Amino acid sequence: MSVAHDQNTSLPSAYDLPLEDIDVSIAQLFQTQQHFEYFERLRKEDPVHYCKDSEFGAYWSVTKFNDIVEVDSNHKIYSSDKTIVIGDADPDFNPPMFIAMDQPKHDVQRKAVTPAVAPVNLAKLESHIRENVCEILDGLPVGETFDWVDRVSIELTTRMLAILFDFPWEDRRKLTWWSDVTTSNPAQVGADASIVNEEERKKELMECLEYFMNLWTSRGENYEGTDFVSLLATNPDTMEMSNDPLEFLGNLMLLIVGGNDTTRNSISGGVLALNQNPAEYNKLRANPDLIPNMVSEIIRWVTPLGHMRRTALEDTELGGKKIKKGDRVVMWYISGNRDDEIIDRANEFLIDRDKARHHLSFGFGIHRCMGNRVGEMQLRILWEEIMKRFEKVEVIGEPERLCSNFVMGITEMMVKLHPLKA
Amino acid sequence: MPSVTYIEADGKEHKVDVAPGLSLMEGAVNNLVPGIDADCGGACACATCHIYIEPDWHGKTGTRNEMEQSMLDFAEGIKDNSRLACQIKVTDELDGIVVRLPVAQF
Repeated sequence: MSVAHDQNTSLPSAYDLPLEDIDVSIAQLFQTQQHFEYFERLRKEDPVHYCKDSEFGAYWSVTKFNDIVEVDSNHKIYSSDKTIVIGDADPDFNPPMFIAMDQPKHDVQRKAVTPAVAPVNLAKLESHIRENVCEILDGLPVGETFDWVDRVSIELTTRMLAILFDFPWEDRRKLTWWSDVTTSNPAQVGADASIVNEEERKKELMECLEYFMNLWTSRGENYEGTDFVSLLATNPDTMEMSNDPLEFLGNLMLLIVGGNDTTRNSISGGVLALNQNPAEYNKLRANPDLIPNMVSEIIRWVTPLGHMRRTALEDTELGGKKIKKGDRVVMWYISGNRDDEIIDRANEFLIDRDKARHHLSFGFGIHRCMGNRVGEMQLRILWEEIMKRFEKVEVIGEPERLCSNFVMGITEMMVKLHPLKA
Repeated sequence: MPSVTYIEADGKEHKVDVAPGLSLMEGAVNNLVPGIDADCGGACACATCHIYIEPDWHGKTGTRNEMEQSMLDFAEGIKDNSRLACQIKVTDELDGIVVRLPVAQF
């Protein structure tokens, strides 16, 4: 599988390959950041592109903004059933989760957990999040070099998730670990198999299930909470879910990943983007009121989840191409977010961009990210507090990137903090 | 030109003229009425242009289509008179329409 594309072998330029041989599923492309060039070529020359042979099988790539919106909002033709990443699910171990379900079951389960992240609940959480942000930032070593990913990006998202699950605080890094285990499946997203093998993966996830089963039981039917576990345990439509442990596990995995990798990488990616674009950092210093707009721009720029996959339920046509029933159709959000026919100066990071919210990172249609407001709120509060303390969060050296065609991850990024001048 | 009144959740009114053919979402965004995010740009794919139609106008704005219903299912504070503003085209018949905005778009 991933051996065919050893990390040390450099990959050819997109423009040196015959068009029909272009395969954007190779995870190393994202690690080396060459994927941008590959997608640029596809958007120009073959926006709905068929790759007849990849390590995940044949698949269509949808690379332009409007085509992606069309697929994403047409859930009757483009199904999410069983899997939403390029590689097929393991038939022997595929915990059901509502992101990988069609209507009507998807709707019922999604509705059960939505209140945890709906605006009314978020307003109550804001001051709590701010306390955590301040505590994390005030504990950082000023003037020393340290890993921003571990100390801030992971720590903040994990605390937020622990709050949303009402999860035992001292054990919160388990959530980070289970998230990484869930998204590191080589057969599905091209991740490096050395992180955790298939057997270990199942074992770790079963431990996750057992841990949450205990939480579920302890919450009981009279528990009044707006955390995810209590909402599932008390909603009439989902309260039987613990009788189907795999389905309970699947939805936990979804909520854990949804609240973890995404915001984590937007936190790291925002710091990096501002370092690479000093003029934008200056704009921010001059006008911190740009933060909400910048948050949307960061989420577009990073596109924390690079793709979502659908499966055609019938023969159809997209961008002039004939798609057959059963075909894999991959919407590359990471590409659509750089489509300069829809987004002005799409390859530039502009924190005061007009219509910054018009991006694909949350997806569109019935599967649109339900935690989008939580993610935005964490980033907004974090940047408000960073700007009160630091003149600059300086990136030192090159960040380490994850090998995956799904999570656009930064695994390590060394930084040095420069306090505000008195 | 038809006149449209958008009322924010806190009661603040915005009375603006909107050209026939535009949607109620475009009418709000073009006139900088706050509270309509319209993230998807009018594709009925995000539910961030949720509005409430005032009772007098309910009959003239048609009914939700299937996709609109699906998207509204996941919005917050849905009522019988909830619609997505991008799915309602302004016509001369809607001159004077009044719509209300929710506390937050979700």
